[in-house]
Amino acid sequence: MKTSDASDDIAADGPAVPGPEAVADRSPRRHQARTKFGDRLFILLSRGSASLVVVVLGGVLVTLALGALPAFREFGPAFVWADRWSPAKDIFSAAAPIYGTLVTSAIAMVIAVPLSFGIAIFLTELCPAPLRRPIGVAIELLAGIPSIIYGLWGFFVLAPLMQSFVQPALIGTLGNLPGIGLLFRGAPYGVGMLTAGVVLAIMALPFITAVTRDVFATVPAMLRESAYGVGMTTWEVVRYIVIPYCRIGLVGGIMLGLGRALGETMAVTFVIGNSHRIAASLMAPATTISASIANEFTEATTPLYTASLIALGLILSAITFIVLGLAKWMIQRSKLH
Amino acid sequence: MTVFKKLLATTATGLAGLLLATVVQAADISGAGSSFIYPVFSKWGAAYKEKTGVALNYQSIGSGGGIKQVEAGTVTFGASDKPLSDDELAKNGMIQFPMVMGGIVPMYNIDGVNPGELVLDGQTLVHIFDGTITSWNDPAIAALNKGLKLPAQAIVVVHRSDGSGTTFNFTDYLSKISPEWKDKIGADTAVEWPVGLGAKGSEGVANTVKQTAGAIGYNEYAYIVQNKLGFAKLVNAAGKVVTPSLDTFGSAASNADWAGAKNFHVVITNQPGDASWPIAASTWVIIHTDASKDPDAYKGALTFFDWIYKNGKQDAAALDYVAIPDNVSKLVESSWSAVKAGDQPAFTAMQ
Repeated sequence: MKTSDASDDIAADGPAVPGPEAVADRSPRRHQARTKFGDRLFILLSRGSASLVVVVLGGVLVTLALGALPAFREFGPAFVWADRWSPAKDIFSAAAPIYGTLVTSAIAMVIAVPLSFGIAIFLTELCPAPLRRPIGVAIELLAGIPSIIYGLWGFFVLAPLMQSFVQPALIGTLGNLPGIGLLFRGAPYGVGMLTAGVVLAIMALPFITAVTRDVFATVPAMLRESAYGVGMTTWEVVRYIVIPYCRIGLVGGIMLGLGRALGETMAVTFVIGNSHRIAASLMAPATTISASIANEFTEATTPLYTASLIALGLILSAITFIVLGLAKWMIQRSKLH
Repeated sequence: MTVFKKLLATTATGLAGLLLATVVQAADISGAGSSFIYPVFSKWGAAYKEKTGVALNYQSIGSGGGIKQVEAGTVTFGASDKPLSDDELAKNGMIQFPMVMGGIVPMYNIDGVNPGELVLDGQTLVHIFDGTITSWNDPAIAALNKGLKLPAQAIVVVHRSDGSGTTFNFTDYLSKISPEWKDKIGADTAVEWPVGLGAKGSEGVANTVKQTAGAIGYNEYAYIVQNKLGFAKLVNAAGKVVTPSLDTFGSAASNADWAGAKNFHVVITNQPGDASWPIAASTWVIIHTDASKDPDAYKGALTFFDWIYKNGKQDAAALDYVAIPDNVSKLVESSWSAVKAGDQPAFTAMQ
């Protein structure tokens, strides 16, 4: 269907089959005038679309900054690192949600990145051809599941499993170690940063896997075959040929996943525990920036409360920009080498 | 041609329908706020519509949201489980009056303890929610529950993560019990919880308690009855163990001194009386006094409230809410004379 449509279009507009009206336009000057007008319109439209992006982004940032101003005026820069969130006393600060956001995203990355790489390597290097498509489609479908579904699943299925099996096991083993044991102590609540991290990992996984698989596929067959030809094992080909060749794309894929993890709201709200506290234990309930905003915005009764939530939004944007900036910088650097 | 005619006819019908819909909507009573009152409001609304044809459009978005919306004027009335202060009312030119009363009940999910078996008192509740008591077999809980086999299970505190009038009344009770709680944490629609998990909405708290072994939370009684969850008995201010029920909520409500309070600002937690449930709560309706923007809407709303006071008692009792006594509703209706469009009062009571 598509191809026939396209060829029809070419037949109608192209110079190959001129219609009766087109004959009149054959004089070069008129034709030129018409294209000039078209060109100008095209330039105008595309420039307009491009500048709209900048205007919208600027508008969002200005709105956030203006809305957040009362909070920063009241609490000063300490808003970012102080650790109190007391709506009853009108005292707010951002350290706990920032901490929760960063820790849950870090847990998600620690789980999702190796898994995604493993899946991508399997799909491109090891997988028998008939399985390649079904597994690929399954991963893409995973990306299409709405986040609220992940939240429900995390809350009704994962959290009870974590509470009755995973967390007691972690507390009983890793929790007894000096140092690292601090991360695995306390009561098993079921929900908390660890559970949120696991849910986020599953959500980020398809994004990272899809990008990784695609960039692995860009490795020229000649390179790969030559490597196998000189007697390299599959592991060596992946380690010394494929991964170095795709470094830039891999960073891009990881950042895409990280971006999803940082901003995810609904799924996290279900399983994070929604409590404004910084705890050493990964199993403790916490909150993230987006979860706090979603939970509290409708009931933010004082102007300062609203301003503080908007300030949280501004900080989340800043974190996302920093992550993106770092990604760009890393890509630039690896290009130079 | 016939196709065109048909099309025209359909469009005309559609437009007429749309117009009609707008007309009906204009007569609707619009309100927003408390989720505590929502079950009984929807029951009253349905009965009122059957009788008068006027529908209630109430959004159960939480007390804080309701206050915001009525201040902004997007709805005719707001409903809140936390009374506004005299200053807040005066600043926005609004009045408030009580609509219904009910009970807030601690709910739990403890291995081997059936609904209604656990007894708690104020002090123990404070210490569970401030994190001092961390296990269900703590001596303080055991002392109140002789003969009950309590497991050595970790306590998981569950509270609301969104702002809520239920939280206000619950923390108000804890503040009345413990000066320390009052000083450090206070009473509000959202507080700085020292321990526990946050869950969004009444349903969120109910589900989290149901899901989590060793959990304790607090909720409106209606949600606990509907979900068949474990509820606790409490020791009240008179030192008696009481079971949550319409009677014990009513006993607490009857002690409230509505007449003596300016702007009906009475919080009915920790009331005296042998049969009083200690964590009783009320919902207030908040409305602007300047009705000139849409006199009919104000008249419609106040007529509805008048109908509730006179005819809504049984519906309330069926859902375990306590209706406002007649002597109080008379006081309320006389306060409505402040709601005016120009010089004209928006509502005049029919005799």
